[in-house]
Amino acid sequence: MAQQLSKILIANRGEIACRVIRTAREMGIKTVAVYSDADTNAQHVLQADEAVHIGGSQSSESYLCADKVIAAAKRTGAQAIHPGYGFLSENESFAEALQDAGLIFIGPPVKAIAAMGSKSAAKNIMAEAGVPLVPGYHGEDQSDDLLAAEAEKIGYPVLLKAAYGGGGKGMRIVEKASEFAEALASARREAKAGFGNDKMLVEKFITRPRHVEIQVFCDQHGNAVYLAERDCSVQRRHQKVVEEAPAPGLSEETRKAMGDAAVRAAQAIDYVGAGTVEFLFDEDESFYFMEMNTRLQVEHPVTEMITGVDLVEWQLRVAAGEVLPMQQDEIVLDGHAFEARIYAENADDNFMPSTGTLAYLRHPDVSPYVRWDSGIVEGDEVTTFYDPMIAKLIVWDIDRESALRRLTNALRETRIAGVTTNTDYLHRIVSHEAFQKAELTTRFIEQYGDALHQREKGLPEAINLLTIAASIIRNRQHTANQDPWSRANGWRVNAPAKHRICLQAAGAENATVLNLEEADNAIYWPEHELAVRFAKDGAVLVDGLRFHCEIAQENGRYTLFSHYGRFDASLYDAVAELIHEEEAGNLTAPMNGTIVAVNVATGDHVKEGQALVVMEAMKMEYTIRAPFDATVEQVFFNAGELVSDGAELISLAVEE
Amino acid sequence: MAIITSKVNSRDETFLANKESMQAVMADLQEKAEKIKQGGGKSYQERHESRGKLLARDRIQRLLDAGSPFLELGQFAAWDVYDDYVPAAGVVAGIGRVEGVECMIVANDATVKGGTYYPLTVKKHLRAQEIAERCHLPCIYLVDSGGANLPRQDEVFPDRDHFGRIFFNQANMSAKGIPQIAVVMGLCTAGGAYVPAMADESIIVKEQGTIFLAGPPLVKAATGEEVSAEELGGADVHTRVSGVADHFAVNDEHALDIARRSVSRLNRPAKAKLDVEPVKPPRYAQEEIYGIVGTDLRKPYDVREVIARVVDDSDFDEFKQNYGNTLVTGFARIHGFLVGIVANNGILFSESAQKGAHFIELCAQRKIPLVFLQNITGFMVGKKYEAEGIAKHGAKMVTAVSCAKVPKFTVLIGGSYGAGNYGMCGRAYDPTLMFMWPNARISVMGGEQAAGVMAQVTRDGKERKGESWSAEDEARFKQPIIDTYEHQGHPYYASARLWDDGIIDPAQTRTVLGLSISAALNAPIEDTRFGVFRM
Repeated sequence: MAQQLSKILIANRGEIACRVIRTAREMGIKTVAVYSDADTNAQHVLQADEAVHIGGSQSSESYLCADKVIAAAKRTGAQAIHPGYGFLSENESFAEALQDAGLIFIGPPVKAIAAMGSKSAAKNIMAEAGVPLVPGYHGEDQSDDLLAAEAEKIGYPVLLKAAYGGGGKGMRIVEKASEFAEALASARREAKAGFGNDKMLVEKFITRPRHVEIQVFCDQHGNAVYLAERDCSVQRRHQKVVEEAPAPGLSEETRKAMGDAAVRAAQAIDYVGAGTVEFLFDEDESFYFMEMNTRLQVEHPVTEMITGVDLVEWQLRVAAGEVLPMQQDEIVLDGHAFEARIYAENADDNFMPSTGTLAYLRHPDVSPYVRWDSGIVEGDEVTTFYDPMIAKLIVWDIDRESALRRLTNALRETRIAGVTTNTDYLHRIVSHEAFQKAELTTRFIEQYGDALHQREKGLPEAINLLTIAASIIRNRQHTANQDPWSRANGWRVNAPAKHRICLQAAGAENATVLNLEEADNAIYWPEHELAVRFAKDGAVLVDGLRFHCEIAQENGRYTLFSHYGRFDASLYDAVAELIHEEEAGNLTAPMNGTIVAVNVATGDHVKEGQALVVMEAMKMEYTIRAPFDATVEQVFFNAGELVSDGAELISLAVEE
Repeated sequence: MAIITSKVNSRDETFLANKESMQAVMADLQEKAEKIKQGGGKSYQERHESRGKLLARDRIQRLLDAGSPFLELGQFAAWDVYDDYVPAAGVVAGIGRVEGVECMIVANDATVKGGTYYPLTVKKHLRAQEIAERCHLPCIYLVDSGGANLPRQDEVFPDRDHFGRIFFNQANMSAKGIPQIAVVMGLCTAGGAYVPAMADESIIVKEQGTIFLAGPPLVKAATGEEVSAEELGGADVHTRVSGVADHFAVNDEHALDIARRSVSRLNRPAKAKLDVEPVKPPRYAQEEIYGIVGTDLRKPYDVREVIARVVDDSDFDEFKQNYGNTLVTGFARIHGFLVGIVANNGILFSESAQKGAHFIELCAQRKIPLVFLQNITGFMVGKKYEAEGIAKHGAKMVTAVSCAKVPKFTVLIGGSYGAGNYGMCGRAYDPTLMFMWPNARISVMGGEQAAGVMAQVTRDGKERKGESWSAEDEARFKQPIIDTYEHQGHPYYASARLWDDGIIDPAQTRTVLGLSISAALNAPIEDTRFGVFRM
C-alpha cells in the first residue's frame, strides 16, 4: 500500500511550515503552501514550490478553513496534507474530510485523534492499557466521609479540585488528614460561588512535578518505537518556554518504563505517525499520564538533535505507508539538546505580546551545534493574527553542561529589535542557578519569578547611553552630501565640536540629556568623564574597555546588543512629549487588536481608574482606564472593530 | 595635479618654538572664548534657567539641525571695550543649519545686561544682517532683550547704522525674498517690538515673551492704566487678539520647534552652482600651521606651507608662479569648492600688484570665489619704486579687489599693515566674511615703523630748533607708541570692535572657509564690472 509522495500541501504557516518544506525538499517532494492576506510575503510562501491564497488574515478565515485547504490541495494536485501543529492538526473532522476527499492526512487516523481529543475518555483508555494515571477519585459520590477515605487511599498530600473549576478557584492542597474536612468545606464554598457546582475531585498532589513527555512513532504496519523523552517543565501559563532532551536525572530504567508505557498508550488507540505522550513526573521518578498530543510537537527538534532522526522525514515515510526506518534498539541517544522559544513579548510586562516590524534580526550562526527554526526574517512583521513566536533556538552538545553554555551564548547572539522579545528573559532563566543545576519543576517560573525579572548587571547605563549616542552621531555623519554644512560634525568656533542627544533608557523614568564633545574621532561625555570611539572593525572602545556590539535602529528606537545583553533606549523628543501631555485626555490603543467592549458612552462621567474600553490582542485582554476624573467627549470605535497600535480610542475632557 | 611638497620638519627647533608660542596664544584664545560662552555668568544663568528659559546658546543648539556646525561670528565683540562686562556684546550671532537651510541666527543673551543693545551690540546685529543679506541667508531672531541701552542712547539710537537700521534691514531683506523669522522668548520692548512685528513670521512663548511699545511702568506713568506685562503684550494677546505674533508656543523648546517648521516651509532656491569635486583632506596635518607660522611676525616662511594645509589634497595650481613672486596666486579647492587664492609671501612690488590684479580679474570673470591670506607689511617704498609707478600698480589691485563681485574671504594670518590691507581685501573692501588668526596684527603700519616715523619727525623738529635728542630719550618716546600699536593691533582689540568677523584657530581655517564658501553660495554670484584701471 506504499504510495510514493511527490507533492504535499502544508496546512500551516510560520516556522513549522518552513520546517516541513525543508525536509520535503530534501526528499524530493514538491511542496504547496497556503497563506492568508497577512502572509502574502511570508517565508513559508516564498520557500514553497507553490502557494495558494486561502483567505483573510484571521485564522478563522484561512488556516482554520478545512474546505479551503482541501480545495487548495485538489487544485495543486497535492497527495497529502501536513497539518503542522495547532490550526487543523488535531481536528478529527478535518482528518475525516481528507479521507473523504481521497487525500492523505500526515498524522494519525481519525479514530486516534478522536480517542485522545476527550481528556477524560483518554484517561480511561490509558488506565485500561496499564498506563499510570495520577491516583485520584473522580466519582459521583460526594459524601465527606467517602472523599476523606479516598484521600487517605491516595496518600497525602492531596489536591482537592472543583470538577467544573479552573484558574485555581475551588482548589486546595491538603497536607494531612486533620486538615481535610475544613479544606473540603472551603473549596466547596468557593466552587459553588464560582462555578455554581461544588462537585470535587481528589487527586494526588505532586510536590515537585516535572513535565516529561515521550516521543512515540508508529507506522501503518503495527510497529511502534519511542524516541526518548523531553523535559518541558519550564512553562509559563501552560506554555513551554525552554525544553530539553534527554530529561536530566532520568534513569535508563525509568526511560524504558516511560517509553514502554507511551508505546502501550499509542498502540491502545492504533496510533500512526508522530505522537507525544505527556507525563507528570515526580521526584521519585514515578510518572503519570496527562495527555497525548496526536501531532508533531513544537519542541520536536530537541529529540531530533539527540537521536539524529528527522521526525518530519519519518512522518512523510509513514504517511506513504513505509515501515519505520528504525527499530527500538537502533535508536541511540547522543548528547544533550535545548530549545528556547523566542517570542515577541515583553516578559517584564506580564508577557504582553509585542507586535511590529522586525527591523533588525541577527541570530547565531547555524552549525551542527546550533539550529535556528524560524519562519520570519528581518523586515517581516509580527502581527496580532497569529502566535507571536519568532523562532526556536536549538542547541546541541555532548552533555548538558556544554549544551547549556552554548545555549547561553547563542541567546546573547540572538539580536532582535523592532519588537520586544524574551531573549534576555530566556537568558536569565537558563543562567539561573536552579536551571543550571537542573532543579526543574513546572513551577520553576512561578518560584523564581522575581529573580527572573531582575535585569542582569550589564554595562553601566552611562556607557550604554554614550555608545548609542556616539553611534547616532556617527550615522548622521555618514552622508553622501559633501557640503561642509552636511557633515553633522557639531563643529564650533574655538571650542570642541558639540553634540546634544536626549535619550530615554527603556524603563527609565526620565530622559537623559547627553551634552557631548567630539574631538580626534572620539565622543566625549564630560559629565561622566567617559570617551567612546569606534575601532576599524566596529568594536567600541570606552573607558579602557574594548567590546563588540551591534546597534539596531528603528524610528528613533535604539537597541545595543553585546555579550552583556541588550540595552534599549529611544530618542526623547521633549516637544512631542509636551504636545502628548497636552493631549493626555486622548487614550490610544496600546497595540494592534480588537475592541471587545466599550463600557462608556459620550457624555458619561468617569472616575480615575474606571475601565473604559477592553481590547483583545493575541488572546489577551487589555483594559484601557480613565487616567483622571473626566467626561467622555467621544468614543471612536465599537466593539468588534479592529484597531491599530496608537489609534485614538476615546477622548476625555477634564472636569472643571 | 600640482601637489605642494612640504619642506617642513616638525622636529626642527624653530618649528617647535613656533608651535609652542602658537599653542600659548591658542590656549589664551580658547580660555577667553570659553568665558565668553558663559554669558553673564553662573548666577545670571541660573536665574534665567529657573524661569523655565533656555540660555541663548542652548536655544541655538536646539534650533539647529542635529549635529549642525555653528559658525559663530563676532564672538569677541565688545571684549574689554566697556567698563561693563558685555561678553559677545550680549548677542550671539552666527550661521547654522536649520532644516537643511543655512540661516543667520541672532540670539539676545538676556543674562548679559538684560540683553540690552550697547553700540557694539547694534554693530554686531547689523553686521549679521549684512552677511545674511549678502549671502541670502534666512534670518532667525531669538529675541530676549530690554532694547536700547539707555545710558548710551546717543551711540545707539540716532545715526544711520544704529538701532533703527535693524528694521530697515528686515524690511529690505524681506523685500528681496530673504525670510525674516522672529521668536519672542523674553522681553521685546519699544523699538525691539518691531523685530517680531517686522518679521515675516513670528512666534511667541507663553508667559515669557512680551511685545509692547511701552511696558507696564511707562503705561502707568503715561495714562495711569495698571496692567500686567502678560495682559499688555503676552503670547495670548498677540496670537489671539492683536495678531502681532503668529504662533503660540508653550515653552522655549516648543517655540524653536515651530521656528524649525517655519524654515522647512521657506521653499529656498538651490545654491549657486560651482565647480565641485569630491572632498579630499590636505596631505599635511593642519595643526602643523602652528609650527610653520609662529607668533613672531618678523620671521618669514613660505606661505605655500600654509596653503598646503588648507586646500584639498594640498593641490595648488599656481598662476604666474615665476612673476611677482612676493604674491602667491593660484587655484585650489576647499571642501571641494574651486577657489582662487591670493596670499602674501613678502612685501608687494609693482609686479606682484599687477599679478594680483590680473588674477582677481580672472576669478571675477570665471565667478570663482576668492580667498585672501593676508600677511603684508605693505608696498615697497623708495625712489626706484615710486618712479616705476608702484602707486598706480597698487591701485590696479585695489580696483580689482574693490569691484570683484565674487564671494571674497579674507583671513589675516599675519601682519595687516597699510595699503597692503587694501590690496589684500581688508574690511573696507567688503569681504563676505573676514577672520583673524590669534597671532595676527592690524594697524596702519607696524608699531616700530610708526614710532620710527614719529621719532624722525620729532627729531627733525628738534634739530631745526638746534636741540639735541638722546638715544635714551628717543627710546622713551618710542616705547608708548609701540605699546599702543601693539595693543590696538591685537586680534582681541580688533575683533572686539568688529573689524573682522572673528578670531579663529589657524588649524580650523579650512573648516571655517569651507563653511563660509558654502554659506555664501546661497546667493547667486553676480557679474563684475571693473572700474578704470590706471595703466
